[in-house]
Formats: sequence, structure tokens, C-alpha cells
Amino acid sequence: MTLTSFFERANVRVESLIVLAGLVVLMSLISPVFLSFSNFFNILLATTTVGILAIGATFVISAAGIDLSLGSVLGLSSVVGAAMVLYLGLPWPFLIIGCLAAGTLAGAVNGLTVAVARVPAFIVTLGMMGIARGLALIISSGQGIYGLPPEILFLGQGRPFGIPTPVYILVITAAVAHFILAHTRFGHHTLALGDNEHAARATGINVRRLRLQLYALSGFMAGLAGLVFTARVNTGDPTAGLNYELAAITAAIIGGTNLFGGRGSILGTMIGALVMGILQNGLTLMNMQSYYQQMAIGTVLVAAVWLDQMRSRGRVL
Amino acid sequence: MSLLEINGIEKAFGAVKVLHGVTLNVAAGEVVGLVGDNGAGKSTLMKAITGVYPVDKGSVRLNGQDVTNTSPGDRRALGIEMIYQDLALAAQQDVANNIFLGREPTKRLWGLIPGMVDKARIDAEAQKMVDRLGVKIPSIHIPVGMLSGGQQQTIAIARALTFQPKLVIMDEPTAALAVKEVGSVLDLIAQMAAEGIGVILISHRLNDIFQACSRIVVLRRGAVIADLDRRHTDMAEVVSYIVGAHA
Repeated sequence: MTLTSFFERANVRVESLIVLAGLVVLMSLISPVFLSFSNFFNILLATTTVGILAIGATFVISAAGIDLSLGSVLGLSSVVGAAMVLYLGLPWPFLIIGCLAAGTLAGAVNGLTVAVARVPAFIVTLGMMGIARGLALIISSGQGIYGLPPEILFLGQGRPFGIPTPVYILVITAAVAHFILAHTRFGHHTLALGDNEHAARATGINVRRLRLQLYALSGFMAGLAGLVFTARVNTGDPTAGLNYELAAITAAIIGGTNLFGGRGSILGTMIGALVMGILQNGLTLMNMQSYYQQMAIGTVLVAAVWLDQMRSRGRVL
Repeated sequence: MSLLEINGIEKAFGAVKVLHGVTLNVAAGEVVGLVGDNGAGKSTLMKAITGVYPVDKGSVRLNGQDVTNTSPGDRRALGIEMIYQDLALAAQQDVANNIFLGREPTKRLWGLIPGMVDKARIDAEAQKMVDRLGVKIPSIHIPVGMLSGGQQQTIAIARALTFQPKLVIMDEPTAALAVKEVGSVLDLIAQMAAEGIGVILISHRLNDIFQACSRIVVLRRGAVIADLDRRHTDMAEVVSYIVGAHA
């Protein structure tokens, strides 16, 4: 089996690897610091939050859905987790529980509204984008919640064996998510649902339950990303994750997830997340204002979808 | 005792009554052609048999077992398969995964973690089924969407036959096919009947109905108006029943 067919079978777009390699070459030409060992971990660390969100995005988009609330739910979970410990005085494990539960709950509300009330996912998650952000600001009175217990800080700032803890969390989460999407019935049914909803129904797949689970899973990922973010910056931050859904969805699309469902790969998404991380890191090394990063990511998203459209019409490659 | 016994099925959508007490039996190994004009209730009747629509009145029995109040998934497990006109295939998934869609066998990863889809078994059994049906496709690993219409039709049939069905309902299986492909689908139907599977064939192509079926049932305005033995009827009579011109 050639390398190309290995990646094709894993549903990874070979173009995404070319983009990744090209970006690495470009950045190392521009900045001498780029290829240093310490910067490598900077990139990985910058990739973790968006990478975890992008896993959620991959599942939902593979099933022909969308989750625009990822970034806002991240912010909500950050505030809820920190408030559990610092406002309510609960022991530190409740910060973890709070983050994950808030994310999963918000995702389940999305899922219920999409699957049972049958409101289009675009509208539901756009609404949740506003609701979750507003709720985060209300709970925290618009202020960051500071002073987390040291056990939590380890999750964001610890470096076992010299590697930042968030990198371990991303790698383990991605490995589990890859197994679920590529090798379980849940994963097979997710892709089938995104491919042809009638086929999924006709073969006895419980589409309603599956949708509910997918959005809850996406919310769980936003909660996990919120936990990692909170631990990294030592703050329950109501503005955390602002516009992160943009980078997360872009990472998934670059990685070969079909915007219209039916195809998706966690391995590809991780490559896409690395592209996002390098882009962000490179622009920082070039002393560009962070505002330019938003523009760059937005441009990459549109370009990636455009290339995918061209390819599926048989005009490119 | 018939394989499938439908007794007095009634079904209404709001104020519109679509089925007015349909009664129909299908024996094992029998191919029954179901014909009727658009709006006669063919699709609704099929969905009542597969369980997609709950019925208002009447009963559906398979091998004597009352399945009237069971879900589509349960009926599929009991052996009622339906092949849809749009085939209900997932175009981007490979041939093997389509054949096993919704019924993927699982194993344990490293003997520990349960729930891993057994892709090797899926591929092996899908290949066996494809070979048995004599389908010529480049590989069971290519996406179904890359196959021709006739090949896709046989993949949909392969999916229905993989789990030892008792009754197979086919909705317009030949409508989108080239002449040569129609012949192989009709051969397949004969082969299924020879193996004891009951078949309901819905088609607008009366040539295909007369070639494949031993019995022809005409549905008109939600009721069975004729149940004909193929040997004692002809196309003119069937058409006259369909359009309601029979004296």
C-alpha cells in the first residue's frame, strides 16, 4: 500500500499534508526561531484548544450538521468550572466536572432542539452562540474569575517529561475520537447519516438519538477545551474562545471533512489544527497584530472549501 | 399459512384516507407484482409493511407472528427487507460498509475494548455476497457513488439478501436501468424466489411484472381491486383494472 492510498483510506486529504509542509517551509524561511525546539511546543500548545474543538466540529460536520456555538460554549464552561470552585467553594475536582458538564449540557440542548424540535442546526447553534456567551458574562459579571487551585493549573501549565500537559490531553482525546469515528458503529452511522439521511433511516439507524449524541459530544469537546483553556490561563474567562469556532471548523475542513457530510477523519482534522496553530504562531513571530490572524483564518476557510468544491467537480487533481 | 398476511389495513393522513382495508397474502417463494396508478396507495402500503407508518386498523403478520406494532428495525431483524427506488445507499461509503450499514458486526480491540467494527469480517462477507450475485465491480473498497446505476441496484439487493430475509419488497428496481441490467435484476428475483424468499415487486413496467411475477395484485384508490394469476390474465386486463375501466 502506498503512502497516498494509506492517507486516502484514512480519509485524509493529501493536499492538507502539502499545505502543512509548505507552511512549515515558508515559516522557517521567514523566522529563524520557527524551527526551534521550544517553539515546537509553543505551536502544539497553541493547537490544543482549537484542536479539541475541531474534534467536536468533525463529528457534527461529518453528519451533515454544524456547530457554531463551540467557542461560546468553551467560554461558558470556563466560567462555570471556575465558579464551582471559587464562588461555591467546592473542591478542585468540581472544576473539571463543571467544565465538562456545562459543555455537554449546552451541546445536549443543541442536540434536542435539532433532533426533536427539528430547528435547523445552523440556527440552533447560532442561537446557542449568543445564549452561552451571554450566560458566561452574566455568571461572571463580565469579569475573569482568578486564583485556581494548583491541581488544576497542572492541567494547563504542567510539563510532565518536558511536554505540556494540554498536549497529552489533545493526543489522548484525538486517539479516542479517531477510534470512535473510524472504528465503531457510532462512527459508521455518523458518516452514513451525513452521507444520506434516508439510507441511515432505512437501515434502522436511530437518527434522532444519533443527532442528539453528536451535538452532546460536540458540547463535551467544547467543555474539555474550556477546561484546558481555563487551566492554561489560570482564569475562568467569559470571553474565552471568542471566534474559535471559525478556526475549529476551518481545521476540520482543511483535514478533509466534507462540509456537506459523509466524510471525516480525526487524523486529517489534527493536521488541519496544526495548520491553524502554525499560522497563528508564524504570524506572532512575524510581529503581526492578532487581528490579522482572524483575517488569515477566515481566508483559509473559504479557500479550503473552494478547493474542495473544485475537486469534487473534477477540475483540480 | 402464508409468509406475509396483511388483514384489513387502514391508514389515513389527517382527513385523507389512503388505505381502505387492504388484505393481501404472500407465500414463501412467491413473487407478487403490485401495480396501480400514482396515488393508488402502493408506497403507503409498503411503508405499513416495513413499519415506517403505523397503521390505524388491521394487522400485519409474518409467519403467523403479529408484527403490527413493531418498529422498522424490529421488522428488519425478523426478515422484512425493503429495497427503495432511490436505493438508500450512502454514496461516499464503500460497498462493503453499505451492505452492512446498520448491522455492523463488532469485535474487541486487542481483546479488551468492545464495540470495534469488524471490518475484516464485513469485507469478507460482502465480497462473498457480491460474488454470489455475480456483480462485476472493481472492488468492494470503492465508494458506492462511483458505481453505475445497475451496479448500485445490485449492491442494494446484496444488502437486502445478506441477512437471510424472508420477505423482500422491491420498489421500481428496474426503472433506472439499461435493458441488459433489467435482465440480471429479473434473474436475481427468480433466484430469490427459488430460495424460498417471498418477493413483492412494485413496478410501472408491466413487461417486467409479467416476466417476474406469478401473481399480480392491482391497487386502486387504496383497495385491492384485482388479485390475478399471471397464467390467466393478460396485459390488457391488468391495464383496465389499473385505470378503473374494468367492467
